[in-house]
Amino acid sequence: MSEKNHRVSRRQFLTYTLTGVGGFMAAGMLAPMVRMALDPALEAAGDSEFVSVGLSEDEVSEEPQRVDFSIELDDGWYSSEQSRSAWVLREGNEILALSPICTHLGCTVNWGTNEENPEEFFCPCHFGRFERDGTNIPGTPPTRPLDVYEVEVRDGMIYLGQINQRG
Amino acid sequence: MLQKVYDWVDERLDITPLWRDIADHEVPEHVNPAHHFSAFVYCFGGMTFFVVVIQILSGMFLTMYYVPDIIHAYESVYYLQNEVTHGMIVRGMHHWGASLVIVMMFLHTLRVFFTGSYKKPRELNWVVGVLLFFVILGLGFTGYLLPWDMKAYFATVVGLEIAEAAPVVGDFARVLLAGGDIIGAQTLARFFAIHVFFLPGALLGLLGAHFFMIRKQGISGPL
Repeated sequence: MSEKNHRVSRRQFLTYTLTGVGGFMAAGMLAPMVRMALDPALEAAGDSEFVSVGLSEDEVSEEPQRVDFSIELDDGWYSSEQSRSAWVLREGNEILALSPICTHLGCTVNWGTNEENPEEFFCPCHFGRFERDGTNIPGTPPTRPLDVYEVEVRDGMIYLGQINQRG
Repeated sequence: MLQKVYDWVDERLDITPLWRDIADHEVPEHVNPAHHFSAFVYCFGGMTFFVVVIQILSGMFLTMYYVPDIIHAYESVYYLQNEVTHGMIVRGMHHWGASLVIVMMFLHTLRVFFTGSYKKPRELNWVVGVLLFFVILGLGFTGYLLPWDMKAYFATVVGLEIAEAAPVVGDFARVLLAGGDIIGAQTLARFFAIHVFFLPGALLGLLGAHFFMIRKQGISGPL
């Protein structure tokens, strides 16, 4: 349709302007509300803090040891202490802190509780097994290694941060 | 595109007469501000409804963050006001809108009164309007407690004492409204339920009746 032939009738003009103005008002009204509802999804993830687990660097050995500690969890207007645990071990020069949550369906794994495989992490729910460094053993249900905490050593003490996935 | 979707639906369900019936109606000259500017007084009813729509929408979004519990109510309001992006705006809309509804409703009432629009055959619509007035006052009263701060608490103390002053049923009304002997956890839960379910339900029903009657009877004639 060319410019010349397209004559806008009075009715069309009013329809356009009223729809435009109405749409603008509706958008102005709804925009803050929608943005508010979307806030949790748009909020940048807060960087997590490192917390001491009461274990010194010297105490960490090749044998995984379980540490229990608590973190301050902020959930909107509600903040609470949450208990966490980790399996801390030395792997070469590195210190590994494995999350005890099975990567299959989220049960809790333990070290050396399976009599047939004493040098492995074992999940009692579906018999998932992991190597000492957290690698999942093929043929068992888990499909990826145990998650690891970020580890920091400050003044010889172990501090753990957020949990990251591997592989 | 939109036209095609509409035509497709219309062909099957014949929806055009439905909205035509609602949308196509005459606006008499004496209520059209384009003819007499003073006719803007006829807009107050629509303005009241517009603010009510804002109240319903902003209220719906506020309940995404608000919890009606005496431990967390204030904290959740503080959080949505100060931590949630645009939470301040949405709560502001609900806060100021609450007063605006009452102002608009009052102006609308004055217009209806001074144009004599309440007279026969529109008496019933006046009655429904008065009921709407009470429902909206109730919404204002119950909503005022929800932030659970000092102002909210003591306003409700006063409000319930007013209820208690009623003869014969005073005590009963007070306990019923407070949900117990003190203004506390049960009062807050109760006011929340009344504020977001019971009164809005009544409001929508009465508004439906209000609008049905004005369409049925038309706008009252000029002075």
